[in-house]
Amino acid sequence: MKDTPLSNCERDFLLKAIEEKKRVDGRQTYDYRNIKITFGTDYGCCFVDLGKTRVMAQVSCELVTPKENRPNEGIMFFNIELSPMASPAFELGRQSELLVKLNRQLERCLRNSKCIDTESLCVVSGEKVWQIRVDVHMLNHDGNLMDAASVAAITALCHFRRPDVGIQGDEVTLYSVEERDPIPLSIYHMPICVSFAFFQQGTYLLVDPCEREERVMDGLLMIAMNKHREICSIQSSGGIMLLKEQVLRCSKIASVKVSEITELITKALENDKKARKEGGRCGFAESMPRERITALKMDETPVEMTDVMERANDIVQRGEAPVPSPVLPAPGMGQVGEGLQNTWGLEEEEEEDDDDEEEEEEEEEEKVTMMEEEPRGKEEINPFSSFSPCLRMYFLKLF
Amino acid sequence: MEECGDTNITLREFGCEQSLLSRPDGSSSFMQGDTSVLAGVYGPAEVKVSKEIYDRATLEVVIQPKVGLSSVRERLQEQSVRETCEAALLASLHPRSSLTLVLQLLHDDGSLLSCYLNAACMALMDAGLPMSCLFCGVTCAVNAEGQIITDPSAAQEKESRALMTFAVESTEHRVIMSSTRGSFSVHELQQCIAVSQKASEKIFQFYRDSVRRRYSKIL
Repeated sequence: MKDTPLSNCERDFLLKAIEEKKRVDGRQTYDYRNIKITFGTDYGCCFVDLGKTRVMAQVSCELVTPKENRPNEGIMFFNIELSPMASPAFELGRQSELLVKLNRQLERCLRNSKCIDTESLCVVSGEKVWQIRVDVHMLNHDGNLMDAASVAAITALCHFRRPDVGIQGDEVTLYSVEERDPIPLSIYHMPICVSFAFFQQGTYLLVDPCEREERVMDGLLMIAMNKHREICSIQSSGGIMLLKEQVLRCSKIASVKVSEITELITKALENDKKARKEGGRCGFAESMPRERITALKMDETPVEMTDVMERANDIVQRGEAPVPSPVLPAPGMGQVGEGLQNTWGLEEEEEEDDDDEEEEEEEEEEKVTMMEEEPRGKEEINPFSSFSPCLRMYFLKLF
Repeated sequence: MEECGDTNITLREFGCEQSLLSRPDGSSSFMQGDTSVLAGVYGPAEVKVSKEIYDRATLEVVIQPKVGLSSVRERLQEQSVRETCEAALLASLHPRSSLTLVLQLLHDDGSLLSCYLNAACMALMDAGLPMSCLFCGVTCAVNAEGQIITDPSAAQEKESRALMTFAVESTEHRVIMSSTRGSFSVHELQQCIAVSQKASEKIFQFYRDSVRRRYSKIL
């Protein structure tokens, strides 16, 4: 499915507005959209809403053998998926340039900055280490997917708890969630990506571009920073040429934004921790807004079972006689049902036998197809009527 | 004839939100207890020449799991959902177009296929696609003692001897799709179908209430 192309008048309108320091949604040049962070039911699941852009991240872990050149370090694996739901331009299975760019940037932001202590993920050196896998799904694309993805990924990593492992000599015991409380990952710092869009060959810049602004921009500058004002990665794409002062100014803006976002993340994590401690239900279901007109909730309801037994008995009785039980005509061979009169008008009987022996079907398959027949046609009396004559005899070769 | 003992026929807490994503033409999120699913629909839209059908719309269903890449399990679920939607949608009103339905798993706590079906129906309604009937999904589990449980949680599904999901349509409550696993008798099957038809009445009432709330002038 193709995305609708941007019309020339829309493009001109956006560029003109940006020249006059106006944005279509009324924000200022350096304003971010509203960020909302919610968590799922299990640990490591996080939803981030950046305005209308929606992203979900899920962290999972698995015990694997470590890489040969790094036997005491755990493995981090990042995967961003552009779901076809997010935009009509995203097609499944196509390695688009955007996907590669997002994946690479997330890897540089989180892996190369060494924000997670990978040595603490080692269980048995050289044999078993934890592989932490982060899957980020884009659910709605309204611009600035990278920022939303980086916030979701780092928040999910902070939220995640891995199962506890006990080592006694040579024995390694993996405790389940019920036996021992799972333990969080050790995270040194939280790198967050901030995107700057440039227009008119670098003259004008906007922070957190929305989808329309992204379509008319000349180039994008992504700065990943943490709240200690350490730059984790810078990437400039689009071939724009920036002056040194511009880059420094952007990094100053980014540090302000990153500290705000980091505060938001820590607050969200604390609220979730408090809610879980109190034992309340957490998850996507709970975070659904109830007062919205487009949302509705219904409590647990019983279903009346008054005449179910009678209806079921009625249908079974009206149905056909049950499948005849299998007969063993010879050792190693089973037969279900009897062959019918050959209606094809052929004279040789050996031909018919050959056809039957070729059709080797299993008894279970026959039973399953019978079950599927029942709900579809209650009026159909003979379940075998739709089968051709040569399939009526089934031979089960018992090995 | 098997005896059916004390049955636990309740439906878990339901929740639904429509139009929550801005890009897709129709979207919905559906929650059954802790199981939650997000659905997005695009259509009718341009279709690739290789996939176009001359007199009807081409429906494509994509199911995205939460972790890892999609596998054969998702293909089977996609096929079940696609066959149900094709039975309900009036595809011949949009020839040579494509309808894309994307389902994203948010959390799995049992009754997953029926949650996919319910989310799909609400998303198709939200997109305004013409349908001849609404449909809903109901899952029944038969446990080792022969009791029937509707809308089972993941723990109940694991202990069950048989698990059946039926798609029921709204006009005459007939079954339009069934997907089962495990062994069960003919009698148990008919009982589960009857129970699913009863349960579907509640779900259709929920659909009606959601839409009525959405288009009401006063809350």
